[in-house]
Amino acid sequence: MTPSAASDARALTPPRGLRDLHIRNLFIIPTLALLILFNVFPLLWSLVLSFSEYRATGSTAPQAVGLANFRELLSRPDIHGYFIFTARFTVLAVAIEAALGFSLALLLNRTLPGKGLIVTLLLLPMMMSPAIMAKFWAYILDPNFGVLAWGFRALGLKPILWFSDQTSALWALVLVDVWQWTPFVMLISLAGLGAIPKHLYEAAQIDRASRWFVFTRITVPLVAPLVMMALIFRTMDAFKIFDLIVLTEGGPFDQTVSVSWHLKRLALTQSETGIGSALGYMVLVLVIGLANLYLKYLDRIQGKTA
Amino acid sequence: MRRLGGILSLAAVLAYVAFSIAPIWWVAMTAIKDPVEVAEATPTFLPGPAPDPTATRDRGLTFTPYWRNFVDIFVAEERWWVRPDGSPSFSAPGPDDVGWTAQVDYERTDFLANLINSVIIAGLSTFIAVAMGTLAAYGFSRFTIAGAKDWLFFILSTRMLPPVVVAVPIFLMFSRLGLKDTHLGLIIIYTVFNISFAVWMMKGFMDEIPKEYEEAAVVDGYTRMQAFWKVVLPQAWTGIAATAVFCLITAWNEYAFALILTNEVAKTAPVTIAGFKGGSLGIEWGKMAASSLVFMAPVVVFTFLMRDHLLRGITFGAIKK
Repeated sequence: MTPSAASDARALTPPRGLRDLHIRNLFIIPTLALLILFNVFPLLWSLVLSFSEYRATGSTAPQAVGLANFRELLSRPDIHGYFIFTARFTVLAVAIEAALGFSLALLLNRTLPGKGLIVTLLLLPMMMSPAIMAKFWAYILDPNFGVLAWGFRALGLKPILWFSDQTSALWALVLVDVWQWTPFVMLISLAGLGAIPKHLYEAAQIDRASRWFVFTRITVPLVAPLVMMALIFRTMDAFKIFDLIVLTEGGPFDQTVSVSWHLKRLALTQSETGIGSALGYMVLVLVIGLANLYLKYLDRIQGKTA
Repeated sequence: MRRLGGILSLAAVLAYVAFSIAPIWWVAMTAIKDPVEVAEATPTFLPGPAPDPTATRDRGLTFTPYWRNFVDIFVAEERWWVRPDGSPSFSAPGPDDVGWTAQVDYERTDFLANLINSVIIAGLSTFIAVAMGTLAAYGFSRFTIAGAKDWLFFILSTRMLPPVVVAVPIFLMFSRLGLKDTHLGLIIIYTVFNISFAVWMMKGFMDEIPKEYEEAAVVDGYTRMQAFWKVVLPQAWTGIAATAVFCLITAWNEYAFALILTNEVAKTAPVTIAGFKGGSLGIEWGKMAASSLVFMAPVVVFTFLMRDHLLRGITFGAIKK
């Protein structure tokens, strides 16, 4: 900066303290720098690696191999299995959470004694560490010494062998996810229900509209966008399922391994770094795709009500 | 008819509340059972008078609380002996061994060490994320920034990223920088993870503070910085507290990165608890539950303290009160 430019800048400066521009940069740049350094840079690096033959344990530098990693992944039958399993889990868990959460919100959408306490208690599962609760649920669900199995036996029923085959282990995972995340859908639905203008209901009452009509023409369309938002969050989260797999530890026989869980194995053993990166990108594309699908649908329902 | 519907729906809601609370209740109960009670085939559900020791089936519903678990999870006792010649022995003296003196050592358990790690890592990362997030939020809220919307969306999108996608490169990066299994490494990751949330939450709160307050302060002779410190920050205090609690809970509960990036020095409590392995008798569930309960207690307290801000927090600031 030339001396004259510097004095010009000084002339524009308010009398005391830092200029707004400096404050702005001082406040914002560290955050952006941190995100670029530890989010954008790793993402770009792993994009390069996903097109490279590379083993972190080996001594050779990454070699560009084009789409070979992706082709390799798509040809592995076990990878298909992990994706299908993760998809089944996501669909089941999110569908049940949506139905249950929305129903609970409908039931709670009135003045109830102790409603505040009820809502707070319902929130607790969401705040718990999924990994720890998954571990503890394994104790609850254990077919031999679990308290649930005891309950079944006390009622004269046969305990469920949760961890003996893929389908029951899948349901065990769905159960715990539903336990943890239904309140999330409930809470957002409740906020949506509370935001519906009362005069719409009053108008419907004057018109002697049936309760079914009010429900399908006023309640559902008006809360749908918010519920969709909750489902976007849930779907993206469920597809990333990792911590919860502690419940089954991938068993029996690797049949409840989610994509993320498998990716961790690749990352930890370090042996297939390039392929691991490619798998990461496949997950990323899928998650973005899912989110967009929901957003499109959201636009459509919003377009209808507008 | 109306009345009946109301009662039925209240019953349904209460049944669901019971389902939500039952596992947490069971953690608490298992935490205060002794190993014998934990191993019983017929469970008991409430602390109270001891069950009838002769009964096998109808043992009653109560058990005597056993608080020892809360000591055992923090302090490990090691017994050893000194022979008359002064050499140590880790096996107990036999009937012929005379003149041995019993010794006992107390050592902190891995769980205590890892819990301390959790406190340090979650605490510091939350502090940094909230501090930086608050500043950035103020910047985005008050100043004109070219492409502000795009930057905010960029910040949001980093949070939506599946952690496993960046896990591989972060793992490599940390290996090269020597950040694997260090406190600093996890602090950085959790800060990055939480900062996007902090910016969005705090921006919502900042937007609600009228600009006129600072303008009035500047007219009164404050500099912009002074106005920020003395006028804006005190107003933003509730928002900062709510944001901090959310960041704290996220960092406190985080499992995936802690599992991948640490193995001993910086290992955090969730990894220890979720990785509980038993000896020959299987997992010691009493101790496991006691560890979980100690770990969960602050979260439960914060949930109750923050209940009014919870909705805003879990929806990333999208739904305001």
